[in-house]
Amino acid sequence: MTELTELGVAQIRDGVAGGDFTAVEVAQAFNANVAAAQEALNAFIIATPEKAIEAAQATDAKRARGEALGKMGGVPIGMKDLFATFDVQTTAASHMLEGFKPQYESTVSQKLWDAGAGMLGKLNLDQFAMGSSNETSYFGNVISPWKRNDGGNAALAPGGSSGGSSSALAARLCPAATGTDTGGSIRQPAAFTGTTGIKPTYGRCSRWGVVAFASSLDQAGPMARSVQDCAIMLEAMAGFDAKDSTSLDLPVPNWEAALSGDMKGKKVGIPKEYRVDGLDEDVSKSWDDGIAWLKDAGAEIVEISLPHTKYALPTYYIIAPAEASSNLARYDGVRYGLRDLPDGANLQDMYAATRAAGFGPEVKRRILIGTYVLSAGFYDAYYTQAQKVRALIAQDFAKAFEQCDVILAPTAPSAAFGLGENVDDPLKMYLNDVFAVPASLAGLPAMSVPAGLNREGLPLGLQVIGKAFDEQGVLNAGLALEQRAQFSAKPEKWW
Amino acid sequence: MSTYRIQGATGDWEVVIGLEVHAQVTSNSKLFSGSATAFGAEPNSQVSLIDAAMPGMLPVPNRECIRQAVRTGMAIEAQINKWSRFDRKNYFYADLPQGYQISQLYHPIVGEGSLTIDADEKAGIPADKVIGIERIHVEQDAGKLMHDQHPTMSYVDLNRSGVALMEIVSRPDMASPAEAGAYLSKLRTILRYVGSCDGNMDQGSMRADVNVSVRRPGEELGTRTETKNVNSVRFVMQAIEHEASRQVDVLEAGGKIVQETRLFDPTTGSTRSMRSKEDAHDYRYFPDPDLLPLELDDAFLEECRASLPELPDAKRARYVGELGLSAYNAAVLTADVDTFAWFEALLAETASAQGKQPAEVAKQAANWLISEFFGALNKQGKSLEDSPVSHEQAAELLALVGKGTISGSIAKQVLETMFETGDNAGVIVEREGLKQESDTGAIEAKVDEILAANADKVAQYREGKVALFGFFVGQTMKAMAGKGNPQVVNEILKAKLG
Repeated sequence: MTELTELGVAQIRDGVAGGDFTAVEVAQAFNANVAAAQEALNAFIIATPEKAIEAAQATDAKRARGEALGKMGGVPIGMKDLFATFDVQTTAASHMLEGFKPQYESTVSQKLWDAGAGMLGKLNLDQFAMGSSNETSYFGNVISPWKRNDGGNAALAPGGSSGGSSSALAARLCPAATGTDTGGSIRQPAAFTGTTGIKPTYGRCSRWGVVAFASSLDQAGPMARSVQDCAIMLEAMAGFDAKDSTSLDLPVPNWEAALSGDMKGKKVGIPKEYRVDGLDEDVSKSWDDGIAWLKDAGAEIVEISLPHTKYALPTYYIIAPAEASSNLARYDGVRYGLRDLPDGANLQDMYAATRAAGFGPEVKRRILIGTYVLSAGFYDAYYTQAQKVRALIAQDFAKAFEQCDVILAPTAPSAAFGLGENVDDPLKMYLNDVFAVPASLAGLPAMSVPAGLNREGLPLGLQVIGKAFDEQGVLNAGLALEQRAQFSAKPEKWW
Repeated sequence: MSTYRIQGATGDWEVVIGLEVHAQVTSNSKLFSGSATAFGAEPNSQVSLIDAAMPGMLPVPNRECIRQAVRTGMAIEAQINKWSRFDRKNYFYADLPQGYQISQLYHPIVGEGSLTIDADEKAGIPADKVIGIERIHVEQDAGKLMHDQHPTMSYVDLNRSGVALMEIVSRPDMASPAEAGAYLSKLRTILRYVGSCDGNMDQGSMRADVNVSVRRPGEELGTRTETKNVNSVRFVMQAIEHEASRQVDVLEAGGKIVQETRLFDPTTGSTRSMRSKEDAHDYRYFPDPDLLPLELDDAFLEECRASLPELPDAKRARYVGELGLSAYNAAVLTADVDTFAWFEALLAETASAQGKQPAEVAKQAANWLISEFFGALNKQGKSLEDSPVSHEQAAELLALVGKGTISGSIAKQVLETMFETGDNAGVIVEREGLKQESDTGAIEAKVDEILAANADKVAQYREGKVALFGFFVGQTMKAMAGKGNPQVVNEILKAKLG
């Protein structure tokens, strides 16, 4: 029998339901992997093996009683530490929230537990989800299990901000994990680690109980090792939530049942603006592979134009920090989390000391940018202008989707880079999300699936962007790619 | 035009006043959370995860608060914006958990409207003076700091955090403290009629920021100051008087008015500087990305409009036009919700007790309520709310007068006894034998006695000294211990005296 930790969501769900193994056996196997990898990969901020076992026992008991199991019955998962989990430390990878135990459960995590999933632990991430390499966590860098094939031993970035999720998936520490994507935070880590992740349409998954970064962009989604697993988990996570005013009041489709890699009659748009000068050769080649695969699946390939693409990144780096600067104002040392109260400090001093100590440099940088662009005298030049450009970017997509059903593009401009390689150059770091950010600004569903390895032996991802609410179209195109890419590489175990 | 002027050393000055009124919306729960809003609850007993701004919490607009704001806008005949939006006003303070207040800067829910203040010749308020209202928007209230609970720390009570407020912004259309006072009173009356705010200024559910500037008559607007959080009509008028003459003093001494925020001190009736424009916050307003724009559909607006009660001006006109009340009585009875509610209940019961139309007994009820009943309440230091006599009881008393069972003067005596004992009027009249004598035979007999005993005066009367009629009435009533029906006594006396 295959090792249990090699199994994905569908296989575990079906195996538990069919009695091939118990949920507790699965949980134990993953718990062991989590514990064994913690020191080397630092993918989890805390492990919660008892929670995984508890949920598994409940599933096994349910099965013993002959009851139907949930969509995620018996599947242990990793929970990005941006989701509030009842009485379990929730930090957003910040010192600010170290030790914070919410007395509430986020809507998305609750839905997953209700669907039969269990929690292996809280996954590391970039602090407040701000970062593309998982180097901004207060709890240390997450290390990718992947190594370059150059014989060197450089530690590589798992991507970010959902780097704990991607690293854990690639290292078989969990069969699936939650992610959140504000400007590529699900897709880029998935691409860096040879895993699969989908950011659904903005509003599909409730933001209630998810520590906010940029409210108009934040969207939760599943990360796993196959398109089907993503479809299953997204079904469990999505759905209208009256507690989130921006939640979509739409029924959740049965995406898994409607999965099909047949692209006959579908048009796939190739945005010419993404074919930038100096695009990494391997990335360019994998994109061409993707085009060929979708053609092979029956799709018609059309060139499309997204003329405002080059403004997407600057627009994102105005809007996201602006919202963040306001969203993070609540961390003030008054009610919960860190309080730094120097001797004789007044209220202002306490704010300053608390926020200086509680936020890392990248978070501070973004708060400063956001405060600046919202300031009197600059607001119109930056924020208002950015909102206008955002509308134009959304319009670009709307026009493009008159000609095609989905868009195919690279997920990231490069494969994983080494830890420390980009930390001194924020702009270079921000460029990682150049292909991911436009779909975020437009609120569109987009996913990354592994396409193959580059010449260094590192995974590359392909991105499928779909129309609003058309997760099915995205998943199906993703499946068509997955079936042809036949991606089976996995990092050699060194930890 | 108001003729209010401040006489400075160098000539006359006009005052220009605008008010920003914060009115707490009457609703069971807060603007964006399900927490209760009751006044005076234990500190931090009405605080949800949202009000405390826990990580990941999101606001969801409370429909009732929106409805109340729309109804209020309709009551001042304002434009209702079917599309409005919430903005964040960012600043740090310990009573502001989110680090921002959710408000509406750019697109308020209610646009331009107006209200007419009541004319008052004595106070120099002309008839039909209209005060423009620029906008009404809804926003969250902040919590409360308590500085007296600990020697070195301040405590925070978040019960009020997130409670819905309407900010009602007037045009600078008021030209005297009296006009500002009249505006605030009228606004309060309208809010209480509509039921969108209880108007309890002493509990802070209504408070005003007072913008004042002065200028030479007819000249351009001067620089204004804003005096924050003034919480009674009287204080608003005091603050304006003080602030306007302070500004005149500064200007006449060659100084300049600084645009600044000031505080009113009720113990001295004066204002003092709080912060100047230079240290004003940069609030970094931007649309709240947690909330969708607020879009109101026609059905909702229709429901809001249909639910509006008769408003003060309309009610007063109806009292004069349909019920035949004097303008003064109509003004008194419509000035407050409690008053008109009591009057209308009394009127309905009085009419039905006497089998008449309300219009037929309205004058009687209004006169009695204002001159007799309010006087009696006053004497006891009570208001309508805690009146020991109910309107049912009062209607019974009025019916006894209306049917001629007792006279008006006996009614006063009965009312006093009702206040003392709480008994019903009928019981008292019966017990104390106060029933009016309307039997013509009995009255004729008494009249005959009086006329016989005063033959000299009868002669004088018949010679033309008609003023003596009152003497005969008085003697007859006295002989009947005040219980003779005055109308019958009059008629019989007239007939007998010829």
